[in-house]
Amino acid sequence: MERQQEYVLRTVEERGVRLIRLWFTDVLGRLKSVAITPAELDAAFSEGVQFDGTAIDGFSRVHESDVLARPDATSFELLPWAQESESSGRMFCDISNLDGTPFEGDPRQVLRRNLDEARELGYALMAAPEVEFFYFASGDPADGPPQPLDTASYFDLTTADVASDLRRRTIHMLEAMGMPIEYSFHEDSPSQHEIDLRYTEALDMADNIMTLRLVVKKIAMERGTYATFMPKPLNGVQGSGMHTHLSLFRGEENVFHDPDDESGISDTARQFTAGILRHAREITAVTNQLINSYKRFAETSEAPPYVAWSRNNRSALIRVPVRKVGKPESARIEYRALDAATNPYLSFSLLLKAGLRGIAEGYELPEATNVNLFELDDRQRRELGIEPLPRSLDEALDVMEESELARETLGDHIFEWFLRNKRAEWAEFQSQVTPFALERYLPQW
Amino acid sequence: MDPILVYPDPAPPELARALDLGGWSWTAVADTDAARRHEPLDGWSGAIIVAEPVGGTIEEPLRFCRTMRGSDFALAPILILVGGGNLSELEAHGDQFDDFCLNPFHPLEFEARLGHVLRRAGHDSKPDLIEHGPLVMNLETYQAVIDDRPLDLTYMEYELLRFLAAHPGKVFGREALLSRVWGYEYYGGARTVDVHIRRLRAKLGEEHASLIQTVRSVGYSFGKSRWSA
Repeated sequence: MERQQEYVLRTVEERGVRLIRLWFTDVLGRLKSVAITPAELDAAFSEGVQFDGTAIDGFSRVHESDVLARPDATSFELLPWAQESESSGRMFCDISNLDGTPFEGDPRQVLRRNLDEARELGYALMAAPEVEFFYFASGDPADGPPQPLDTASYFDLTTADVASDLRRRTIHMLEAMGMPIEYSFHEDSPSQHEIDLRYTEALDMADNIMTLRLVVKKIAMERGTYATFMPKPLNGVQGSGMHTHLSLFRGEENVFHDPDDESGISDTARQFTAGILRHAREITAVTNQLINSYKRFAETSEAPPYVAWSRNNRSALIRVPVRKVGKPESARIEYRALDAATNPYLSFSLLLKAGLRGIAEGYELPEATNVNLFELDDRQRRELGIEPLPRSLDEALDVMEESELARETLGDHIFEWFLRNKRAEWAEFQSQVTPFALERYLPQW
Repeated sequence: MDPILVYPDPAPPELARALDLGGWSWTAVADTDAARRHEPLDGWSGAIIVAEPVGGTIEEPLRFCRTMRGSDFALAPILILVGGGNLSELEAHGDQFDDFCLNPFHPLEFEARLGHVLRRAGHDSKPDLIEHGPLVMNLETYQAVIDDRPLDLTYMEYELLRFLAAHPGKVFGREALLSRVWGYEYYGGARTVDVHIRRLRAKLGEEHASLIQTVRSVGYSFGKSRWSA
């Protein structure tokens, strides 16, 4: 028995834990859970917990349908919302085949594999997401269009703000689960909120994002409201994104930092950025995986659909923030297309791989773009050599299907399943008559 | 419990880690002079001798054992870590050690043998509580409380806090913490330490977050705040 497993067993015993939830993530990025009792814990560590994967999205296969959930003892946490009498804990799991090899449909194993490759090159990936979401009165489409909880705007603080109470409880709970929060403030749409997580290693961060989404929704539900990470739930109002800051470390050193460079960023950072830019269109189907994700790109503020970078121009896809003096470890790049409805394990895998490709091949970083790209038309942007991201999930899937990088990063199983699943989603959408069509065409034709 | 003597100095990292994880108090010495200088008032609790071969033989570490067994020190018990190739050399020196363990060792076997020889010698009072101000850590049950409030820690947070709390006032660099607490290669590298310190402070709560001090451009230390003596 490993020491960390013994730690979990003792803690379960000492703290009277009644239930242990084994968490894992399906290919679409939704959290799944299998609960076991303390009596089953020992065997779960030594043998794993066997279950039938056919009901889980992306887990079904032609031959073998059973897989093993292997709990990661280092991720054990007591759940702070559990009742005293019903104390429970959770562990994230890696999913493996019955013969012990990593299961190719498990997104967490995909990220592990890609992080292992980075580690062989001496790199560790750090990520810090800014997660946006809305609070609504209800999450049931039958209740009509979503109703924002308040109309307070950016940085407003009013005591009557129900949402700020919700947010305070959420922050408190996230911190109790060991997730330090960098900022939390009110975004500028009604009932929209943002929580920024302090940077940490990418696998832990992907786990943290899964936990955060659950905590936010759970606390909203306790208060009789509904929280959503849907990228664009309201017309005419800015959507929810997940701008993510990325940096590479080698030991204690941030390799994106170069003290001798006038802008403070290294050649490695430039090549990494160039890699993400070059492959951005290929990975968009995963970083923005809902049909609704592309509605967010149609706005003109925080969701930049143009493949360009800049120092401080928020209309570019990648921003390379001007570094803080005397803080070399804060050198980083910010990828602004991501939304919070993504599968973080797969998105981080693709961003990492695209960036590493840039380093390996020594990609040249194009000039920074300092004009506001929203103010240019398509022709002007073309003249600057700036491509748009795919404008729909359909187009994004076409580009992804041709991408050798996406296939290699995700592995054949997930690559093919994802395309199949999302093509079906698109086909279903195409067959629907939308409210827009009825409002626009019915009176006229 | 008085510290265990470990020879040579520096101790091999995997040994240092096994001892730290086991919660043992120990001091590495390079030679008999150092053993004398660092000897606790009541004598050493025991010794772990790593018999690294020099020129193929382990004569040198065995000579060290002989001296430590002599009337000056009368050191007991002695556990020798020996490579398979040098095992036969132990035969003629059976009186100079109490038990041996094959090196590279399995941590669980090592822990069991060490516990066994110390217990037989009546030196097994391994500390099972670390107390520091409001913090109490029970090393037997892996539980920690602050102001009587139980702390919900992950395994690595627990190990990091335990390591720091076992060495109050001592400053550790990130690399040192990474190799002594984590020991294995972790994705995050040395930055991991910062992340876990932040998580620990968040869990200790505002009031007690300052139990862990940041020592600028060096690392971290535990317990010595500006209010303590």
